[in-house]
Amino acid sequence: MIFDFFTKLTGSEISASIISALLPLFLFVLPFALIAVLLERKVSAHIQDRLGPMRVGYHGILQTLADILKLIQKEDIIADSNDKPLFNIAPVLVFAGSYAVFAAIPFTSSYIGSNINLGLFYIIGISGIVVIGILMAGWASNNKYTLLGAMRSAAQLISYEIPTLMIVVTILMITGTLNLNELTEMQSGFFWNWMIFGGQATGIAKILLIPFMIVGFVVIYISTLAEVNRTPFDISEAESELVSGYHTEYSGMKFAIFFLAEYANMFAVSAIVVVLFFGGYLSPIGYLGNTLGLPWLIPVEQLLWFTFKGVAFVLVQMWLRWTLPRLRVDQLMAICWKYLIPIAFVNLLIVGLITLI
Amino acid sequence: MKEYFNNIYLAFSTIFIGMMVTFKHLFVPAVTIQYPNVKPQLPSRERNRLYVNMDDCIGCDQCARACPVNCIEIETVKSIPGEDLGQTTNGKRKALWVTKFDIDIAKCFYCELCVFPCPTDCIYMTDVYEFSEFERDNLIYDFVPLTEEERIEKKENHEKFMAEKAAQKEAELKAKESKNNSQDKK
Repeated sequence: MIFDFFTKLTGSEISASIISALLPLFLFVLPFALIAVLLERKVSAHIQDRLGPMRVGYHGILQTLADILKLIQKEDIIADSNDKPLFNIAPVLVFAGSYAVFAAIPFTSSYIGSNINLGLFYIIGISGIVVIGILMAGWASNNKYTLLGAMRSAAQLISYEIPTLMIVVTILMITGTLNLNELTEMQSGFFWNWMIFGGQATGIAKILLIPFMIVGFVVIYISTLAEVNRTPFDISEAESELVSGYHTEYSGMKFAIFFLAEYANMFAVSAIVVVLFFGGYLSPIGYLGNTLGLPWLIPVEQLLWFTFKGVAFVLVQMWLRWTLPRLRVDQLMAICWKYLIPIAFVNLLIVGLITLI
Repeated sequence: MKEYFNNIYLAFSTIFIGMMVTFKHLFVPAVTIQYPNVKPQLPSRERNRLYVNMDDCIGCDQCARACPVNCIEIETVKSIPGEDLGQTTNGKRKALWVTKFDIDIAKCFYCELCVFPCPTDCIYMTDVYEFSEFERDNLIYDFVPLTEEERIEKKENHEKFMAEKAAQKEAELKAKESKNNSQDKK
């Protein structure tokens, strides 16, 4: 979609693909990471009755910019016993994995990086690259803490893929498409057409679907939260036991890239949850553009709604992070294998039966 | 099976309670004091940096003697007749030039024992607590208002005066002796 537009605009497919690949990075991911880092610090500070950064700009709004400037100036330390090629590739891979997800996320009805039919499948698959990057970082650092962190992270990510996939399959059974744009359009109308409220199903099926959809939403939210390695599932970078996990040995810009990837991932998983359950970019109450008769305003509103919903879930992630303590490794595995996966399976079965009505 | 569902219920209810607590704290005013801009209100009997009001100091050396860590060093020189040093605020006549009043604030441990013996209340604790220095020597505070030359001058004046006095005495003594001698000869 956006690719065709840029092909027409520039006249060459190569420049069009470069522009459409870099557009979400500079227009969305980087500004989002800048704001989210500050937001995280402010939310954590206010939850703990502190003020957070207050020095740079009004209430510290330029703090992240100052941090980025500092990180750029920092020395890029590579220890002698590090595996240099792997050590250098790892942050790039981690970021590539989390950024590649944005290619298939529909930001508005007229902007989607690549409108592929296997969008959801692609997202689930490509985010697996992050695991390789994390393992690579942990192994190449040649340090027992990083390796432990990377191993934990890999175990965690692989375990929690399963409940995520089960819920995705549940959604698939109802919608019958993996294309995220189509999936979103299927929820159009007002907010009672969202997946969490049973989608386009009618009558008794819709009422029966709602509780199981809520269960599905809770399961996928917990498992995606674990996939982005955030508290209470941050055992892979548990700073009180493992220094800071797989990025202990990194400094300067490479560390910043890991950080950027983490925040990009946070939004990516929130975006998936939004697309699957909360109607993606759709407005719950209709568009201003329709009432004013300005068709160009609708995509802008849709982008705003999408960002709003995504950021709301990111905020809940932060809220959880500053509320809950870290889980032990056995508790982590127990939650996944003893609770989330059975619940997801039963949910899948019941939703399957309901769709037969 | 009952335990299984109970666990799920317990997990969600406790997470919900915890999140409510943190949500309430999100709107509690922060307890942070923006320190260099806003200074905290100190207790009225807070003990901090010492200050000496040299207008009132009579050089009695009682603070230096009270100090348990010997951080106060005082040297005094007697004034010569004709010099008027003025009075302290509580009416004591000053008779000594204080040529050295050094407080090594790096040694001081803020016990306030020097403050009580002072007869003119000229040494006291202030509320200044930000006085870090890069050089330790800068923490030796000199309170004497006189310049280096003046201090030397006061000392020389005193020595000259004493020498004159001694010379006078000797002359008197000699005069007496010579008188005695002459009387003896007679």
